Parts: sequence; C-alpha cells; structure tokens
Amino acid sequence: MRITQGTFSFLPDFTDEEIKSQIQYAIEQGWALSIEFTDDAHPRNTYWEMWGQPMFDLRDAAAILYEVNACRKAYPGRYIKVNAFDSTRGFETMRLSFIVNRPTDEPGFGLVRQEGAGRNIRYTITGYAATRAEGERY
Amino acid sequence: MTTATAPLADGHDLQSSAPPNVAGEGPVDLASLFEESRIQEVLDQLDRELVGLKPVKNRIREIAALLLVDRARKQLGLSAAAPSLHMSFTGNPGTGKTTVAMRMAQILHRLGYVRKGHLVAVTRDDLVGQYIGHTAPKTKEILKRAMGGVLFIDEAYYLYRPENERDYGQEAIEILLQVMENQRDDLVVIVAGYQDRMERFFHSNPGLSSRIAHHLEFPDYSAEELLAIAKLILQQSEYRFSPAAEAAFQDYIARRITLPHFANARSIRNALDRARLRQANRLFGERGRKLSRQDLVTLEAEEIRASRVFDETLLRQTPS
Repeated sequence: MRITQGTFSFLPDFTDEEIKSQIQYAIEQGWALSIEFTDDAHPRNTYWEMWGQPMFDLRDAAAILYEVNACRKAYPGRYIKVNAFDSTRGFETMRLSFIVNRPTDEPGFGLVRQEGAGRNIRYTITGYAATRAEGERY
Repeated sequence: MTTATAPLADGHDLQSSAPPNVAGEGPVDLASLFEESRIQEVLDQLDRELVGLKPVKNRIREIAALLLVDRARKQLGLSAAAPSLHMSFTGNPGTGKTTVAMRMAQILHRLGYVRKGHLVAVTRDDLVGQYIGHTAPKTKEILKRAMGGVLFIDEAYYLYRPENERDYGQEAIEILLQVMENQRDDLVVIVAGYQDRMERFFHSNPGLSSRIAHHLEFPDYSAEELLAIAKLILQQSEYRFSPAAEAAFQDYIARRITLPHFANARSIRNALDRARLRQANRLFGERGRKLSRQDLVTLEAEEIRASRVFDETLLRQTPS
C-alpha cells in the first residue's frame, strides 16, 4: 500500500527536476529546509530522524538536492522527506513537507480491533513492516 | 496543493529569454541572440569600470562568445555540454583579482551559466576545521551555500600545508575536487592568490590544476593605468585633482612603484585615502572662511606632496 503523507502525496512520485523546483520555491519564500528519514512511517509518527541540521542561508535548490541524494545513498530503502519551515511570527511551523524517497515494497498497515466494555471497539493501526526490528523493515 | 509550484523566477536568464520557435535545421541569428542576452552591456560596463587587465577582459569575452554559441547549438539540437568554468586568478597584490571575481559572478549570471549569481568569498578558515571530522561538514556547508553562484577562495594556497602532513586542508581540497567535478552545473569555483605561491600549490595538487580550465594571470598595472584608476576612484567618491595635484600624483606613482610593498591599485587607493585625510585637515585649518562645493571636492598638490614617498632620505636608504 502506497503511503500518502504530506503535500503532493496523491501525485505520482516527483522526478528530481520537480523536487528541485519545489525546493526552489520554498527557498524563495524564505523557508528553512531540512531532510528527515525513517523506516516507521506510521501516520502518527511525527518523530522522523534528522539528516543533518536544518539548512539556512542557501540560495539554490541544488544544495538541498545534494543532501537528499546523500541521504538516499545512505538509506536507499527508507522514507525520506523534505520539510520547509517558516519562521515568520504567527506561522512558526512547517509550511511544506513532502516525501522524496520511499521503499520499493510497502506492505502497508493492519487494523487491530479491540473489544472494550459494552461492545466498544478501539482501533489501532500497525505497520506490517514495523513488526520487524529497526533497520530490517524494508 | 499544486499551487505551491513556482517556476524559477529569473529575469536575466538566457534560457527564459530565448525564442522557442527555432528548432531543427533553420539558421540561427547569432546577432539577435547576442542582442537579447545584453552581453554587450556587461562587457561595456567591464571596460568602463576596470582599467587595463587586457588578458582578463579577452578571456571573459571568449567565455561569453562560447556560451552564446552553445545557446545557438542547443537551438539546432546539437549537443552543448556545459563547459567547465572553474578559474584560477593569479597575480600580484592589488591587481584586481577579488574585484574581477565579484564581477564574474554577475557576468556568468547574465550569460545564464549560473542560476543565482551570488558570490561566496571564503578563505582557509571557512573551509578547514579544527579537529578530526570537523572539516568535511564545514567545507560542504560552504559549498552548499555557494551553489547557484560562484565560490571564491582567496589565497587558496593556504589550503595546502606541506609541512604538516596531518593538516586538514588536504581533506577540504578533496571534497572541493569532488564537488567541482560532479556538480559542475551548480557552481563555479574561482581560486585566487599570488603567482609564485599558487604555482607551488598547483604543483603539489595536480588534480586541482587539471580541473581548472581557465588560468588567468593578472598583470601589474602601468603608471598610466594607475593614474586612470586613481581618477576613477576619485570620480566614484566625488573628488577630483586640481591640475597641479594631478601632476604631483603622476610623480607620486613613479616614485611609489620603485618602493617595496607596492600593491598596485590598493596602494593607489590608500594614497588617495591619506590625501583625503590631509585635505580634510587643511580645510579644517581654514575654518574661518566659507567653503564652496569646489573646495570640498578638490584635492590640491600639497596633499599629494606631503606623502612620505617624496621624502628624499627615504629614497636613498633601502627600507626593509
């Protein structure tokens, strides 16, 4: 099952050229770019790992694509996303976040139903891949 | 959310200003391409604002022509691989290496070779770290900042210290080489330094020398060129010589060239700064009278003649 998270997630995967123009747009808005990766892409997992520091003071998208490619080389089988943080007062949050790399095989998520008191049902989502140890998931 | 997509907004870009109609076998009008790119404007400005430097200007003209022809080739569907434009500037102090590097960033931007046209000027301290593992991220940080523009490494020979084999400079050079080779479309690297030391530097780093396509030598200025530079500097800061002062300054240049520590245009600028100081002091001394505009902009001969260079005892002894 293809994971759809963040901006553009219902579009086909971006080419490097398309990623570059999105990054360039973010730079021109004055947002700080950062790269994160994970092998546990649960929708509620907001704590992905950082690939280096967030990047400030850059003028051209090539620099960030350079880091994206370095991250892809180190973790080819993981999810990698690019975040753009807006520090303007009032926003102070992510303005743009999109996946730039995903594993070739995505097993998807299973739904666990737990019977509660009074015919209550509690739902839990678990990634099939997440049952394996970290680093062996994809 | 496709509204977030924005094209590269780049007014000067050649790519964006080219007419899309020509394709296939049709003739290409080089003159109109030249017209559109407004290269002449840049070259004229260069001629106006930089005195002398014949070989440098010629090379810039050649590069401009090459990039233009490449554009024409692309229109006809011929292969036009981006040429390597890494450069090395060598020359004595004050011959305009840094000034030209600043210009180069603008020129390459106008020609559509670099996308942003900013200049990142660094020295050894910005690239080389202080402990193991510090250099690589530091160098990469700078390289990323320079992408889309020009990276100018001043006094590049300090990167390599042969006397210390554990020096981290070597590591910075290796990363530099790798990026210069692989990201050729993303940034232009200019290394600069004094002639003799740069030669030794290239000799011990043949990889670097061979990746730099353009080795530009900045010649020393002649006395006439130095005077022209002086007038240009004065004009920019809204001063001028009185006729007597101009003659005195010619005299000054002739003497200054023979003295040690002569740094071409830089010496001229310093001399003018000191002359302005003396002029201000003179005007301050005549506080009683009303000053006209003329008084405020004119440098007199006495300001020039007061220089240490005209001290005869100095000329006779040879200062160290």
